[in-house]
Amino acid sequence: MYQIFFFLFAGAAIGFAVNLLLQRHPIYSALSLIGVMASLASLYLMLGAEFIAAVQVIVYAGAIMVLFVFVIMLLNAGEEARTHRSRLVGQFGMPLVVMLLGLLASVLFRQVPPDAVVRFGDYPGQTASIGLRLFLDYLLPFEVVSILILVAIIGAVVLARKEV
Amino acid sequence: MVPLSYYLVLSAILFGLGVAGFLFKRNIVTIFMSVELMLNAVNLTFVTLSYAFRQLDGQIFVFFVMVVAAAEASVGLAIIIAVFRNRQTLNADEISGMKL
Repeated sequence: MYQIFFFLFAGAAIGFAVNLLLQRHPIYSALSLIGVMASLASLYLMLGAEFIAAVQVIVYAGAIMVLFVFVIMLLNAGEEARTHRSRLVGQFGMPLVVMLLGLLASVLFRQVPPDAVVRFGDYPGQTASIGLRLFLDYLLPFEVVSILILVAIIGAVVLARKEV
Repeated sequence: MVPLSYYLVLSAILFGLGVAGFLFKRNIVTIFMSVELMLNAVNLTFVTLSYAFRQLDGQIFVFFVMVVAAAEASVGLAIIIAVFRNRQTLNADEISGMKL
């Protein structure tokens, strides 16, 4: 049962990611990316990370992707033009990507012990301890990151402002 | 039961697809979305290893990655809007002012 769900959501994530590459219109790519993020949220749930799954849906699939779709509609982005100006990427791009993937997979299969398995419900409900860790051990990074968000908001307003 | 390595290979595949999108897509909004896909793949690795080692630090790191990704998305999309306003194009090949 659990394996079926894993392969269902893993297949959905890979399928949506491939669709992101194949679509020529950015709005379809954005919708595929939302699909990838939703599938990943289900996988996080199966790994016992309820807090991360909820934040994934709310922040990533919700806020960030709404921002993307909003900008795509604002700029009225159309179909992607087919240009082949970068010969380096055209010739070496795909082989290098496949090489990177093969390297990662070989390292993973060599390093991860084969008896390490993921069981559903083996590591449940850590949200309360995440909150405690966040506000006790990671208080300074938390505050620094809040300042970073503030700077980013001001920067976005300044950059997107109409020139006067 | 699913082997731990399946999760890690899934995130490697998603990362590879993100790299491929970054290289082959020509629309700067889609290139930006490929970066988000790579960030998501790395987040899956963090959560998987957090499960494997029974340590919560991985999930807290994912939280910070998400916050930084939100900041990055807001600033990046503002830059895209500024570029579009000046150049009237979203094609990455047309934006080559810094090329030698």
